Amino acid sequence: MSETHAQTVPFVRDTMLPPADPPIKEAGAVRWLRQNLFSGPLNTILTILGVLIVWFVASHFWDWFSHSVWNADSLADCRRIIAETWGEGARGACWAVIRERWNQYVFGFYPVELYWRPTMTFGLLFVALAPVLFSESAGIRRIVLVLTTVLTLWLMATLGAPAAWLVFAAVVLVGAILISERHVAWLLVFSVLYPLMGVWFLWGGSAWGPIMVLAGPVLGWIAWRLLGRVSALVATVAALVVPLVWWIVFAGDASRDAQGIVSLAIPAVDSDRFGGFLLSITIGVAGIVMSLPLGIVLALARRSDMFLVKTLAVIFIEFIRGVPLIALLFVASLLLNYFLPPGTTFDIILRVIIMVTLFSAAYMAEVIRGGLAALPKGQYEAADALGLDYWKAQRLIVLPQALKISIPGIVSTFIGMFKDTTLVTFVGLYDPLKSMSDAVRASTSWKGIYWEPYIFVGFIFFLICFGMSRYSMYLERRLARDHR
Amino acid sequence: MNTSVFLGSVAAVTLMAGAGMADTLADVKARGELNCGVNTGLVGFAAPDANGNWTGFDVDICKAVAAAVLGDATKVKYVPTTGQTRFTALSSGEVDVLARNSTWTFSRDTDLKLDFIGVNYYDGQGFMVNKDLGVTSAKELDGATVCIQTGTTTELNLADYFKANNMTYTPVNIDSNAEGEQQYMAGACDAYTTDASGLAATRAAFADPENHIILPEIISKEPLGPAVRHGDSNWGDIVRWTLYALIAAEEYGVTSANVEELTTSSQNPEVQRLLGVTDDLGAMIGLDKEWAKRAIMASGNYGEIFAANIGEQTPIGLARGLNAQWTQGGLMYAMPFR
Repeated sequence: MSETHAQTVPFVRDTMLPPADPPIKEAGAVRWLRQNLFSGPLNTILTILGVLIVWFVASHFWDWFSHSVWNADSLADCRRIIAETWGEGARGACWAVIRERWNQYVFGFYPVELYWRPTMTFGLLFVALAPVLFSESAGIRRIVLVLTTVLTLWLMATLGAPAAWLVFAAVVLVGAILISERHVAWLLVFSVLYPLMGVWFLWGGSAWGPIMVLAGPVLGWIAWRLLGRVSALVATVAALVVPLVWWIVFAGDASRDAQGIVSLAIPAVDSDRFGGFLLSITIGVAGIVMSLPLGIVLALARRSDMFLVKTLAVIFIEFIRGVPLIALLFVASLLLNYFLPPGTTFDIILRVIIMVTLFSAAYMAEVIRGGLAALPKGQYEAADALGLDYWKAQRLIVLPQALKISIPGIVSTFIGMFKDTTLVTFVGLYDPLKSMSDAVRASTSWKGIYWEPYIFVGFIFFLICFGMSRYSMYLERRLARDHR
Repeated sequence: MNTSVFLGSVAAVTLMAGAGMADTLADVKARGELNCGVNTGLVGFAAPDANGNWTGFDVDICKAVAAAVLGDATKVKYVPTTGQTRFTALSSGEVDVLARNSTWTFSRDTDLKLDFIGVNYYDGQGFMVNKDLGVTSAKELDGATVCIQTGTTTELNLADYFKANNMTYTPVNIDSNAEGEQQYMAGACDAYTTDASGLAATRAAFADPENHIILPEIISKEPLGPAVRHGDSNWGDIVRWTLYALIAAEEYGVTSANVEELTTSSQNPEVQRLLGVTDDLGAMIGLDKEWAKRAIMASGNYGEIFAANIGEQTPIGLARGLNAQWTQGGLMYAMPFR
């Protein structure tokens, strides 16, 4: 103090201190570790336990995993190679079974020379989905479509698709890219036609069958237009009845006759040739596409004021939710044969798709009902105040918000349903997980192989389900209106 | 093997009315294809290969019937059936023949309205244990844990056997053969029990088959045979005599290789009748003269089929045992072709 006096010019710093590095504990990886893994005694213990568990699992499986054999003809061959390479008593994974049988896991027993058909159908699926899934972001849509085009054409060429079909696929795919740049909505026409096209590509046979099915709604529309002048009610009834009558009474004969006049057929493939992921994805996509609208209708019906509609919806939903899926599948595969008139052949995959659709529609209805219930009452009242009728109110005000709220639940139902497609093993269809693996194990070369097929199939299931899950998160971000 | 008496009974009861006037032979001929119910995959008996072509011991029976009826062994549609769906598939008419290693039992033959047309493989239930266990007889398995497939006749046989010998055991329930192998290899059970043919096939697929032994006791009778529906005796006759033709062919030394030659040269009256040289046995079951000849040419006689699929030269390596010809001390005995 004695050296300081009033005249002393106070020290004023005229330069900034150079920025110092943060203390080592508060920077970089160390900080991250301290914050995330060792922030307290409990977390430190949990971290150490976690590391130990990972180490325990890895140390037990690493040698098995690292001793992978890809080139072998049989399990015995694998074992010989493992013993030669890593010494007697070493164990290893025999992925050779996947290398040799991958085609059955993907296509089942589909004729090898026609593998390009499911491939093309799968590629076109993305064209059909793109305008629906990526309606708002042209950038992502472009990436998806270009990737699909390149991969589909390349795979089709590799699988030996005929030139005419390659040109067809190229025209559709490139056309889709061009149209998607200008008029996305036009692509929806393709999306609507796709189910019939997909069925024809997969099962083959005469193209007149799907065309005649398509003629049903067209005839219904014509009837509606013609009778619209007479009476609205008559026109509506006719629009529903005409297609039904057409399908039940005339469509079969008409397609046969047309086939007789102009043959439009590709080689037919029976349902018993389907298997593996081809089967799973066919059932899964069909179930997903049909269960969503059905679920919406059921959810609206359950909240309806009309007693009969509401009661029927409740009975349906509660019945389906109260019965295991396997029971429904057994009904589809076994009991239906007795109820239907003798001689009717009702395709087993179609039966399974119907049952799976009904099953997931019931769950879907409850998920969407949750979304509807979560919507503030003011939204309904606002719609009424605008003078919208019931359907307009639902379409413009209620459902867009309710569905957005329900997205996580809806996608969970989709994922669950897709995984449930493996249950078709119980009705003698070749699902990829169990039936196909059992069939592979039933050959003398691969008997005794256990984990490799499960890991392979599980991995592919994970990819697909993870993809769906990521898409739903993207969609939620995309549709978030409240934090803009 | 698996039972599903309930579903089968439902099927049988529902179908009884319509079964009386069935003409399976006409149906098959009109369709141009034989619908044959097979296992979804059982080593040696029925399995699709990498190209989806079916091979196996049971599959060859399907081929023989198709060759006899339709003249073409490839005109078969294989319908994979699970333990739960197999009998219903047969009674609902989805398949014409069920060649799916099914045990011929009283209740299945009567209550389920099936007709087992014969036995193509005499099996029996056995035990497999690790050599280190030091057990040489099933009688020493008191207190053991046993891996056992649920819902099968083997499960009931196991309970019967241990009860009869006043022993106890702890069951480890498994769902499929693959899972059983895995549990057994992991040491979850001391002994693994299933049909002896399955045990042999399982053991052959182990990395160290020499460390495992199949105990000598066979604790049950498992006669496996093809089955058809009640109510169409002519169709049953066709399948039954096709099987007998294969067995008889082995007895008389008729093979797929020499069948053409024997047709012209054989002096044995029985062979001549079998191959349609003399008499017209085929007409009596609605087929032509050469039906049996075609059945034999499809995959060979019974012995050839056995040797090609499950015999000692294959990895499964089953000895003929009970399935040898009656002249060789076995039980394979074709009724006379006369």
